Amino acid sequence: MDSRNFQFMFYGFTAAWLIVFVYILTLVRRGNRIRAELKRQEALLERPDLRS
Amino acid sequence: MREKTAYALATLGAIVLVRNLYLIFMVMPDEANQGMIYRLLYFHVPAWWTAFIAVALSAIFSGLYLAKQNLRYDAMAVSVTEVALVFLTMGITLGSIWGRIIWGVWWVWDARLTSALICVMLYAGYLMLRRSIEEPSQRARISAVFSLFAFIDVPIVWFRFVGGAHSIHNPWNCRRRCGTRCCGIGSGWRC
Repeated sequence: MDSRNFQFMFYGFTAAWLIVFVYILTLVRRGNRIRAELKRQEALLERPDLRS
Repeated sequence: MREKTAYALATLGAIVLVRNLYLIFMVMPDEANQGMIYRLLYFHVPAWWTAFIAVALSAIFSGLYLAKQNLRYDAMAVSVTEVALVFLTMGITLGSIWGRIIWGVWWVWDARLTSALICVMLYAGYLMLRRSIEEPSQRARISAVFSLFAFIDVPIVWFRFVGGAHSIHNPWNCRRRCGTRCCGIGSGWRC
């Protein structure tokens, strides 16, 4: 295999995967935040003093 | 059912990805002039295709929102725009790294490259605009109009309306000068 320009190819693929992983991390964080908010709302609905 | 379909698609995607990475690194021969760096094009070109398909979908969903006023279309538009921005960023970053070796520069204020950067900034602006508006229907209406406006830039990038034959990112120029699609390693127009 020709190793010319290996360094820049490495930079390129690192950048590409980094962009994807940062996006996935933001998705996971947002998903967790929504799940926590849903749990909080459910707990609020189950509180006896708020039930009609 | 929906979750199962998502997992099935993710598994299929992972299998295809591993197979393609194997082909890119182990099977494909090196390019005579570019060495290993040409392998970035296996990510760069599909990244732009994915981004353009996503922004086209975003424009369609934005149009549907304006026609039907259904917030579901707005949610779909913002989802595909996020994906588009990821792939636009990837496409422009990989292009810049590839250009550093092949053209000898990280970046030039060339017509096609500049219009591509404007495209990235427009869609980043779309997402920032959404964060600044609280009221959902107002946010959906304004961002749908903005998305349709931003989509005007896509055919400019794709069909090279600006700069055309003089763009550094124009294979016709290389073909005319060098008889190949890409110029060789070095700066500018060297064959």
